Parts: sequence; C-alpha cells; structure tokens
Amino acid sequence: MIRRRALLGLGVVALLALAGPLFSPYPLTLVTQALVVAILAMSLDVLLGYTGLPSLGHAAYWGVGAYAVALLATDHGVGLAGCAGVGVLLAAATAAVFGLVAIRAAGTYFLMITLALGMVVWGLAFRWVSLTKGDNGVSGVPRPELLASPLPFYYFALAAAALVWITLGLLVASPFGLTLRGIRESESRMRSLGYNVWLHKYLAFVISGAFAGAGGVLWAYYNGFVSPTDVQLVTSVEALLMVALGGPGTLAGPVVGAGVIVFLKNFVSLYTKRWLLILGAVYIGVILFAPRGVVGALRGRARE
Amino acid sequence: MSRPDFWVIQTFNGLSYGALLFLLASGLSLIFGVMRIVNLAHGSYFMLGGYVGLTVALRSRSFAAALLGGALAVALIGMGMERLFLRRLKGQTLGQVLMTVGFALIFQDLALLIWGGDPYSIPVPPALTRSFTVSGMVFSSYRVFLIGLAAVVAVGLWWLLDRTRVGAFVRAAVDDAEMAQGVGINVPRASLGVFALGAALAALGGVAGGGFLGVYPGTDFEVLPYAFVVVIVGGLGSLPGAIVGSVLVGLLDNFGKALFPELSYFTLFAPMALILAVRPTGLFGRT
Repeated sequence: MIRRRALLGLGVVALLALAGPLFSPYPLTLVTQALVVAILAMSLDVLLGYTGLPSLGHAAYWGVGAYAVALLATDHGVGLAGCAGVGVLLAAATAAVFGLVAIRAAGTYFLMITLALGMVVWGLAFRWVSLTKGDNGVSGVPRPELLASPLPFYYFALAAAALVWITLGLLVASPFGLTLRGIRESESRMRSLGYNVWLHKYLAFVISGAFAGAGGVLWAYYNGFVSPTDVQLVTSVEALLMVALGGPGTLAGPVVGAGVIVFLKNFVSLYTKRWLLILGAVYIGVILFAPRGVVGALRGRARE
Repeated sequence: MSRPDFWVIQTFNGLSYGALLFLLASGLSLIFGVMRIVNLAHGSYFMLGGYVGLTVALRSRSFAAALLGGALAVALIGMGMERLFLRRLKGQTLGQVLMTVGFALIFQDLALLIWGGDPYSIPVPPALTRSFTVSGMVFSSYRVFLIGLAAVVAVGLWWLLDRTRVGAFVRAAVDDAEMAQGVGINVPRASLGVFALGAALAALGGVAGGGFLGVYPGTDFEVLPYAFVVVIVGGLGSLPGAIVGSVLVGLLDNFGKALFPELSYFTLFAPMALILAVRPTGLFGRT
C-alpha cells in the first residue's frame, strides 16, 4: 500500500517535471506557488494530522524563514545556501522556544497559545520597523542568477517540494512517526507504555517549524517580497484549511489542498472582487461536506 | 509632562482600553466556557457592531440607539451562526476554527460591500467629547464613559450569572454540560442564549470603540488577538479572569506602546507566554 502510494507520488513528480516546459507563463507561476505553499501545508500536517496538535500559528515559522532570506539577501547580499541555512535554523529555533510554552497545553489551549505566539512574530514584523520595514515589507529580494527565470525556479521548487515530501514521508513511517500517531490516538496510553510524550510532541513541533521555515525561504525567493501579511493569522488559518481540505494525516492531502486553494484564490480573484466571500464559503463548505478531506474521502472509498 | 503625570495618564488610558477589551473578551470567554467553541469570528462581531452602530447613529442621531441597535443586530447574527452551523460541530475543534474563520471572511467582505473601505467615526453626544483637568492633567470624558460602561456590564454579568436562575443554568452547563442536561436544564437553549449575549457584548464594544478608535475595515482581525490574549491570561470561561485579564492587557499594551513602540506587540504577548508557563490554564482558569 505504502509502496503503491510512493510510486504514485513519484509518478506525479515525474509528470510535473516533464510538463514544466509545456506550461505557459501564468500557469507556471501558479504551479510554482502551489508547490511552495505545499511545503508549508505538509509541515503543518506533521503536527495536525499525525500528532493531533492543531497549530494556529504556523505562519510564524514560515515568516521567520521568509524574513531571514529577505533581510539577508537584500541588505547583506548573502547567497542562497547561506540564506536557506539561516532561515531554516532561525525557524527551528523559534519553534524550539515557542514549543516550550505551547506543548504544555492540550486541545483548545494549544490552539489559542499557538495563535498568540504567532501574533508575537506578526507584531515584530509589523512594528519593529527599523529591522523589518514594518507594513511596507521588504521588497526586491534577489533570486540567485541560476534561478532567476521562471522555469529553472519551477524545477527548484519542484525538487524542494519532492524532497520535503520524501523526508516527511520517511519521518511519519519511521518508529518516531508511529509514536506520534500513537500519541494522537491516546496520549495516556502512550505514556503508560513508557514513551516520553512531551519529548515526542516537542520534537514534532520543532521539526514541523523547521520545514515551515524551509517553505518560507522558498516563498521569499518566489515572491521577491515579504510583508507582515505573510505572518498574519489568516495565513496560518489558510494553511490549516489546505490540510483539512486535502485530508489530515496524509502527505498527499496537504499538497492537493495547497493546489486547490492557490488555484482557487488566483482564478476567483481574476473574475470577481468578491473572492473573500467565496473563500469564506469554501471554508464552511469543506467542514460541512468533506470533513475528512478529499484524499481522506478517496482512501475511505478505496477501502470499502 | 512630568514623570508622575505620565504614569497617571498612561494608567488611566490603559484602564480605559482595558474596559473596551473587557466588553470584547467577556463574550468570547462566556461562549468558550459553555460551548468550548474557539470563535474566530468574535472580532467580526466587534466590527459589525461598529458598522451597524454607525448606520443607526447617523439615521437616528442617538448614540444610545446605536449601542442598542449594534448589540441587537449582532446578537441575531450570532444566534443564527450557533443554531444553524456551529451546533453541528460539537467537540470538533478544527472544524469550529475553520468554520468561524469562513464566517469572519464573509463578514469582512460583506462589510466592505455595504460600508465601503473608508474609515468612519461614530458621532457621540457632546457631553462625551469634552475633557477635564485634574491637578494639571487632562482626561477625556469618553474614556471615563468606557470605564463606566464596562463596570456596569461587569456588575450586570456578575448579577446575571451569580444571582439568577438563568445564571445558575449557565454555570451548571459550564461545569458539566452532560450532567446539566441530565438534571433537566435545556443546555442547547442556554448555549444559544450565551452565544447571543457574547456576540452582543462584542458588538457593544464595537460601537463604544467606534466612537473612539473609529470604524474601519480590518478591525475584526486587529482586535481578535487581544480578545484571545485576555481570555488566555485570565482563564477561559471565567468572569473574574476576563476582568483581570482585560485590565492587565490594557495596561501592558498601553505602556508597551508608550515606552517601547517598536516592540509593543512583543511586550504584550511575551508576558502572556510567561504567565502560561507558570499557569497553563490562565490566572483564574480551572484545570
């Protein structure tokens, strides 16, 4: 079963790689954007789907990664490797500090604390004007020369998303990942079996933050512009929606969800100014009609 | 301004902002206490209250009517949301979050459609626009009004929850919804009432805030984090917690902005994290 899914995933990656030159410019940037955002959604699913921790502040780590790149690349001329390294490390460090506070709480409290911690990062991005340029954001983030045009960047994003998918796939299938699922199902049972529940949750939190930071690094290069909108609450919730829409507890789900939301946002906003109204309706519709997500529903049907 | 004056004025400003936060957050806390719903549309109630209040104030030229109209209209919206949508999602935290965000986005867009993108200020009676001087320090009477309004609401809520039959039902539902249902309390009806009350309080805050901060797009997600910090610090579902949390957050925010403008949100959220590290359920929360 897992092997078949892995083959299917690799097939999709190969197909996307072959299709690259066939896309016209606009769809190409959309698929690139979906791939970048999919990294954020997959990282969140490690917490939400596999560990059962609904983080409502995941844009914070994504934003830390993005801001690290934006500031280092524009003001200090740091290259891709340096930016990516610092971005991911800073995101992981932020998650390591926030995790100390958040992991103590469970359920709704976890949700609200991650929300408030996410707001800390947003507040700094918004108000610490001398560092972050505040509401104006940091613009003109230069891409490395090799990745300057859209097609090479598309392949770069595809490779990164595939790498994250494989790494997280191995992680969730490992004994560590199985322990996380055990914690999701019954924390007290895992504790009485002798597992260090706190440590597993904490590590999942930090790993998830680091991968979200990697997504943010890519986002800064993709968008060329980083602003407080990238770290705001709505961005965190959108990531949750992608996971919920696609199917929590699967890695394909968040990717599908990211694709659907990115395309929907861009297409709907082409035709109407009222796209927030439609996006809001999508949120409500997903909860009412597809509570297990698209991929979850498909797998459920396949099993029957 | 001399130093002691600075501290007195800033404390007064912080208290009055805390009063506004109490109106906003007490409803969120109540709703959570009874229904365990994390309502991300709560900031929208504040914003919609402000807009409805604006329209009523412009039509009727009465600030009292604006307060009442805003609260009533939003109470109806809240009841509709609870009865038709949220009731189905009992115990599904993620579902509640996504659904209430969906409503928040819809409300945001509808408000933009109806009232446009320009900022407005709700006209208030002349008596409230004056300021007065005490030993050389200037105080605004509107801020005094805010503190008074919050105090009246706080006492009213305490009386309702602590001294009436309805309040006893609600407290029973907070403690143990299943048991309360078992002894014959109509928990769904109590939930509906609490939801309406919570939404109305937020809207009241929105109208009162509209005469002071203005009404503009984006207020919904601007005030939402404040409401959350208040209930996290004070403890979910606790009235004393909401009072202490509001005052604390009002003061922290005000002094943070005055003393460290660049770190002002940090000075608000970091102490919250510290409190949580010591008491994960907030100052007055039950475990």
